[in-house]
Amino acid sequence: MDSKNCFHCGDDCYRNLIKFDEKVFCCNGCKTVYEIFSRNDLSYYYDLQSAAGATPKIAEGKYDFLKESAIVDKLTEFNDGKLQIINLYIPHIHCSSCIWVLENLNKLQPSVTNSQVDFPKKTVRITYNSSVFSLKKLVLLLAKIGYEPYISLDDYDNKKKPIDRSLIYKIGVAGFAFGNVMFLSFPDYFDITTNQISGGEFWLNQYQHIFRWLMFVFSLPVVFYSGWDYFIAAYKGLRSKLLNIDVPIALGIIVLFLRSTLDIIFAWGPGFFDSLTGLVFFLLLGKFFQKKTYSFLSFERDYKSYFPIAVTRINSNKKEETAQVHEIKKGDRLLIRNEEIIPVDGFLINGKARIDYSFVTGESEPVKKESGDKVFAGGKQLQGALEIEVLKSVSQSYLTQLWSNSVFQTNKSSTFQTLTDSIGKRFTIAVLSIAFLATSFWLFYDASKAMNVFTAVLIIACPCAISLAAPFTLGNMLRIFGNKKFYLKDTQTIEQLAQIDTAIFDKTGTITTNHKSVATYEGMPLSSEEESLLKNTIRSSNHPLSRALYSLLSDQNIETLDDYEEYLGKGIEGSLNDENIKIGSADFVGSDLQFDALTTSVYISSNDNYKGRYVFHNQYRTGVSKVFKSMSETLKLGILSGDNEGEKGRLEKLLPKLTPLYFNQKPEQKLEFIRSLQSQGKKVMMVGDGLNDAGALAQSNVGITISENINVFSPACDGILDASKFEQLHQYILASKKAIKIIKLSFILSLLYNAVGLYFAIIGQLVPVIAAILMPLSSISVVAFTTVMTNFLGRKLE
Amino acid sequence: MSVIYILLAISIIVAIVFFIAFILSVKSGQYDDAFTPSVRMLFEDELVKEKTGKLSKTHTKFQPNKEE
Repeated sequence: MDSKNCFHCGDDCYRNLIKFDEKVFCCNGCKTVYEIFSRNDLSYYYDLQSAAGATPKIAEGKYDFLKESAIVDKLTEFNDGKLQIINLYIPHIHCSSCIWVLENLNKLQPSVTNSQVDFPKKTVRITYNSSVFSLKKLVLLLAKIGYEPYISLDDYDNKKKPIDRSLIYKIGVAGFAFGNVMFLSFPDYFDITTNQISGGEFWLNQYQHIFRWLMFVFSLPVVFYSGWDYFIAAYKGLRSKLLNIDVPIALGIIVLFLRSTLDIIFAWGPGFFDSLTGLVFFLLLGKFFQKKTYSFLSFERDYKSYFPIAVTRINSNKKEETAQVHEIKKGDRLLIRNEEIIPVDGFLINGKARIDYSFVTGESEPVKKESGDKVFAGGKQLQGALEIEVLKSVSQSYLTQLWSNSVFQTNKSSTFQTLTDSIGKRFTIAVLSIAFLATSFWLFYDASKAMNVFTAVLIIACPCAISLAAPFTLGNMLRIFGNKKFYLKDTQTIEQLAQIDTAIFDKTGTITTNHKSVATYEGMPLSSEEESLLKNTIRSSNHPLSRALYSLLSDQNIETLDDYEEYLGKGIEGSLNDENIKIGSADFVGSDLQFDALTTSVYISSNDNYKGRYVFHNQYRTGVSKVFKSMSETLKLGILSGDNEGEKGRLEKLLPKLTPLYFNQKPEQKLEFIRSLQSQGKKVMMVGDGLNDAGALAQSNVGITISENINVFSPACDGILDASKFEQLHQYILASKKAIKIIKLSFILSLLYNAVGLYFAIIGQLVPVIAAILMPLSSISVVAFTTVMTNFLGRKLE
Repeated sequence: MSVIYILLAISIIVAIVFFIAFILSVKSGQYDDAFTPSVRMLFEDELVKEKTGKLSKTHTKFQPNKEE
């Protein structure tokens, strides 16, 4: 029966099996969703994709804040009191069933008039009649069918940014002009010697002006709209005394345009409008290709996307009310329910706290707090409800203060000089000196041709192919990495990754997994009856440690216990046939062992005699020691953990010798540590996972976040690596280095084309048709070369 | 021979019409999500089939909880 999977969510339903309608379900939640779907003619959901659902988890009162009209106003895109439109982010969207059921929401609720899913972004845009159906009801309905939206403080603070489509418009304009100019150039291509004096085709001669001036008109928007960014970039570069790659490009565009205009004004020739429009079109295509975005990921998140919008405040009349997080003041009393995040620092007044800080501080174990203790913002309460008194407002709390550090304001990309820019400098100098040398030669030899040669050199040397090499290589690498579940923010990150010489890792959640699945037993051996009783008792408990232990123990027959009792925060007790077993904390089972704060243990006693304990270990990701070993050959490594030293011994065994290990590091200390490494000239990669690493991730040259589920929150970073691919991390770094080599090779290739073109230019024989052939040819061969090479590289990656 | 002017005018007007169509389609957000429509277009037909098969069944509408 262990092999039965839930019809709705596909999970193994080994613990409690519910049969309904000849189908099995793992829990009542899944069964309810199935009932809702089948009752409303939506069972097609299961035909599209089997077991596509998620188990609905609805915490009572979690969405009470959606009753506040001020909050609703902020969240909705449109709201006129009757009709509301909202765009909700639903992490669970993953298959065609999801699209289908969400777009058929009005079958469940007629007030929903329209719902449209954006699959890549994992959002659904819902229009509904708010006079009968409130936002809160909508969210609850979604949660009820397993599509709980993720609403955080971030949604509240920024209104939707308008989508920037200017690059597409620019490509559209350039492509449109390029195509038309090519057509209009045809008469000239067919009869190169067309010229009244040399006696060319009469028909062409008669109409050449109209063709040429039309080309001129088409080139105007290309130069002054599509290509305008290159002038701005070149100007900015020159002003900060940098010769970036945009300088020769801008120079090429200007010279092409002026020379061509003069050509047609004085009827010297047809001009180079075809090359000009083609050049801008290809350059913009390169830019477009480089811009691979993962719309379902965000690399810019801060604590706001982790924090709730509102919490429950207990006002002076002892009544509960909803308060926006920003409105919370010192002295307020807050009610924190089970599974809620504590938004501010405060004192615990009431209730027993078991707070999970793993995401905030890196401590792997939930922390117990008694009333009177201080609790910090960012922790997640794991059992029961709490009452806290606020000590500091949100922005001044211990964790959120980290974001006031200047490192979050500086833009990393502006300080990094890309490979293309660094070659741009040498290239510009070389081209200008060739142009002047050739011109001075012709001035001496045949002055009438000097200007012609000067402009021809600048035209033909325009580094179109060079500036395409990096975008296409890196853009393609970005896609290959993306397919391997290594998502990078931009192409520049690959260049940075290729340069790193130091790699610093966080411990909890980064090199360890979040699941506890390794435990060792210490103590007296258990008899087979005791083992059976143990497993049957744990079966009934939902505590995470019970569940972890349950899956570790060997299979036993399922027996119904005579008695079972769960003591919250202490342990569980079960009895069968006069046998009694207690499982839980040391005091609970009556063990006289010293409490060991550094490890997590589950103690067991049988008939009130202490038997032994299961010690849980942090489980390291598979291949940690392999990855570290191979990386240590070329990189300096280190561990920077917010956790205590409990795991030091095991880590030392696991990692290469002399890997520096630092424990009990606060978020600011991590940031400072990275900064001090950088001040020694190191290029540092930081690999982390939680909010406590956010500062270090922002400070490092490359900040990589490890994520077990890329849909859930991850702090701002340059790249997100799926945890299952952790073993491949070093390979990815090596691949980045190879990508840089490919770019260098394509530089050489395009320089060869430039040499051929320069030959024609210097001898004064550059006719438009040669430029029109050479420019696209070099660009296309560079693009083909880089695409083939990167795909070859990608095939070797796992 | 001046028919060339008419031909040129026609060709450019046609090109401009397509160009405007492209700009408008980008502006309306058609290219923002290039994936979902490809999945969506496969739904409709099968849904009708599903419905006719189940028409005999009487069903009660799902009522969202009346909590406030």
